[in-house]
Amino acid sequence: MDLTAIIVTLAGLALAALVVWYFFLSARPAASAVSTASGGQQVAITVKGGYSPDLIEVERGRPVQLRFYRDEENSCSEELLLPDFGIRRDLPAFQTTLVELLPRQAGTYEFTCGMGMLRGRLVVK
Amino acid sequence: MEPATRTETLDIEGMTCASCASFVEKSLARTPGVQRAVVNFATEKATIDYLPAEASPATLKEAVVKAGYGVLERAPDTSAADRQAAIDQQKARAYRTLRRRFWVAAGLALLIMPLSMLMLWPAAMQRVNMQALNYGLLVLTLPVLLYSGREFYVSAWNGFRHRAANMDTLIAVGTGAAFLYSLAATVVPGWFTRQGLMPEVYYDTTATIIALILLGKLLELRAKTRTSAAIKALMGLQAKTARVVRPDGQEVDVPIGQVQLNDIVLVRPGEKVATDGLIEEGHSAVDEAMLTGESLPVEKRAGDQVFGATLNKTGSFRFRVTKIGADTLLSQIVKLVEDAQGSRAPIQRLADKVSAVFVPTVVVIAILTFVLWFDLAPVESRLPLALVSFVAVLIIACPCALGLATPTAIMVGTGKGAEHGVLIRSAEALEKAHQVNTVLLDKTGTITRGEPAVTDFVPAPGQDAAALLQVVAAVERQSEHPLAEAVVRYADARGATQLPATGFQALEGKGAQAVVDGQPVLIGNFRLLDEAGITLPPAVRQAADALLAQAQTVLYVAVAGQAVGVLGVADTVRDTSAAAIRRLQRMGLEVVMMTGDNPLTAAQVAGQVGITRYFAEVLPADKAGKVKELQAEGRVVAMVGDGINDAPALAQADIGLAMGGGTDVALEAAGITLMRSDLQGVVTAIELSRQTIRIIRQNLFFAFVYNTLGIPVAAGLLYPFFGILLSPMLAAGAMALSSVSVLSNSLRLRGFSPAKN
Repeated sequence: MDLTAIIVTLAGLALAALVVWYFFLSARPAASAVSTASGGQQVAITVKGGYSPDLIEVERGRPVQLRFYRDEENSCSEELLLPDFGIRRDLPAFQTTLVELLPRQAGTYEFTCGMGMLRGRLVVK
Repeated sequence: MEPATRTETLDIEGMTCASCASFVEKSLARTPGVQRAVVNFATEKATIDYLPAEASPATLKEAVVKAGYGVLERAPDTSAADRQAAIDQQKARAYRTLRRRFWVAAGLALLIMPLSMLMLWPAAMQRVNMQALNYGLLVLTLPVLLYSGREFYVSAWNGFRHRAANMDTLIAVGTGAAFLYSLAATVVPGWFTRQGLMPEVYYDTTATIIALILLGKLLELRAKTRTSAAIKALMGLQAKTARVVRPDGQEVDVPIGQVQLNDIVLVRPGEKVATDGLIEEGHSAVDEAMLTGESLPVEKRAGDQVFGATLNKTGSFRFRVTKIGADTLLSQIVKLVEDAQGSRAPIQRLADKVSAVFVPTVVVIAILTFVLWFDLAPVESRLPLALVSFVAVLIIACPCALGLATPTAIMVGTGKGAEHGVLIRSAEALEKAHQVNTVLLDKTGTITRGEPAVTDFVPAPGQDAAALLQVVAAVERQSEHPLAEAVVRYADARGATQLPATGFQALEGKGAQAVVDGQPVLIGNFRLLDEAGITLPPAVRQAADALLAQAQTVLYVAVAGQAVGVLGVADTVRDTSAAAIRRLQRMGLEVVMMTGDNPLTAAQVAGQVGITRYFAEVLPADKAGKVKELQAEGRVVAMVGDGINDAPALAQADIGLAMGGGTDVALEAAGITLMRSDLQGVVTAIELSRQTIRIIRQNLFFAFVYNTLGIPVAAGLLYPFFGILLSPMLAAGAMALSSVSVLSNSLRLRGFSPAKN
């Protein structure tokens, strides 16, 4: 093994570790819902190659309104699924789509794109 | 003319009791410009008629807030069909753009390929300047990358910022690496030669991968629109206008959105029924196949319900609107199917877990592949080999096939079900139905019609049967009791002429009395005659006992103080029950019957339809217990009931099927709702479930096998043994085909049709 191979090996392993850390292990900031005057909870989510925020905290027992703004035309994000609430919605590009639900039980509920590649979590407390 | 008032519906929040509702109502009614305000506590909705000149939605909301309650902001109140149309338009536009991008990539790739081949041809190599050729290829590749492939890079970058990786990430990294290497070889070939490397370029690889992936996307998009065709067809059924009859008798065509509750709507032969309502006058046959799957038109007369989107065949009628917008049966069906399509099937769980970690894992595998090749291959060829394998691994991996395997099949399956009047509430219900090995039928309303019919009419000796039936029918025509209706149907079917009856009186819990032909007539139970002091002659008593022994309901008839005959009334078996039960048994399912009747009747009905195991004398409260009993035997039980009286049993069963009487069903009652009162629906539901699950299994198997075989081969696992190294271009072709094959397999379900006997 020459020096180049050693460098490539070390760089490759470091890069692989970085990928694992970046996608799986790094902490994500959580966003809390904003209470509305009428007692509901509202969260604005931008959809662009992912959901931001992708970790959303809401309180249980109060209606939640998720406002998804899809800021791209990429077909990956055109569908939104909230399987635990039986919701499947088409998100038109460059528009806000409202999704309303009432979380009755505490827990973590995933929302994903149509193919399950883009992911976000709704944490009900 | 525009109506002077407008109607607004608000969703009110925070009402805890009925008095809150009246408080909100008062507050709204006091608002200037409001003509009428109705607040429904149960639905938490306020409906307000107001003058647009004096009030506006904003002032109305203010009034609610002032009363101390909130207004829930709603999604723009466009109809589902409009929303769908807008989305469809956007999708069509996206499709056209994608097609253009594909053609640009394909056209340029077709130029780039032969030019790259020149390098393999020594005679040509000597004549052309390598450097110039590479620059030429670079110029041709740039549009493929920057125009056709732009979305991959943008999407990958957007995803990366969210710490998310998707299919585009793989393509972007794969083609990006090939391109950057080629760019370096083009611009600084000297560096490569100094390292003892040929300055090779991979422009053809880059362009071909992009073209092939776009082709795959194009095919995928086309197939995907077909998976939701059934629900779009349902939405398209909605009538656009209604012919409303104004109080002054004027007929006006109004857009469906302006039709209000209690409007009178006229429907002519051949026209679509605009919305749900009750027939006020006229009669006709209505084709309800689009909602129930029932192929024969249904007779409708005054007092019957009609449903929006059904087709009026023969007569014309007027109906009073009872439901509009989202409350109509059609809207509820659409919503139910949409919800089902949005739900996740348990079978998908593994695929979900895998796809959540799929892309980053593949990136790591690709990096390790690169390192291994670089370390193990001969020094002079290690960089190109490492690069080619790296790109091939990234490109061949297909998370799409995994992601599409289950949802596409569920979409086609639930849509297909709706077409046949089988409404599936969730993917889980669809999946559960295929595991069923025992079908428990609640006799009343499923095997039988669930409505009484006269089975025997026994006049006392010496009585004229036809004449007596006319007298009996004359009294019963006045009554609204279900048993009386059965008697009237029986008499009408035998052509009994109508006689006038006077002095009709319904006697609660006993029967009825009236005067026909100047003679007092009594019809009812034994108590009625007993209290009137009428004794039964032996022949009548015998006939009654025989009927009672068959668990029939007996109606006694007395004319002028003499008992003159008895009628036996019982629930009758549906014509299709026996065939459907046979079919279920042939599918390998055990069919068990449950009934509140005595063992004798139970045995009789069971024998009639070919059921060998049954539970008799089951009290309503014990129905769920019987389900448990079967489950304790290790069976997976599907319970079929009418959805009204047997909700606990439906819930206890592994899967509940509620059979609606016609279209009057509670859609929420069970996992699967059968719109048609016919056991054939059970057969359809279970067959559809079995086929859908089979397709899903094939899809998942294919997707897993494809990836677990494809990735190692692309990494070069076969190279040490057979010298086979997968070209990244072949990898791109395989990847494009894999998701299309999964989709096409799901679309095979479109050919599903329930087996008929």
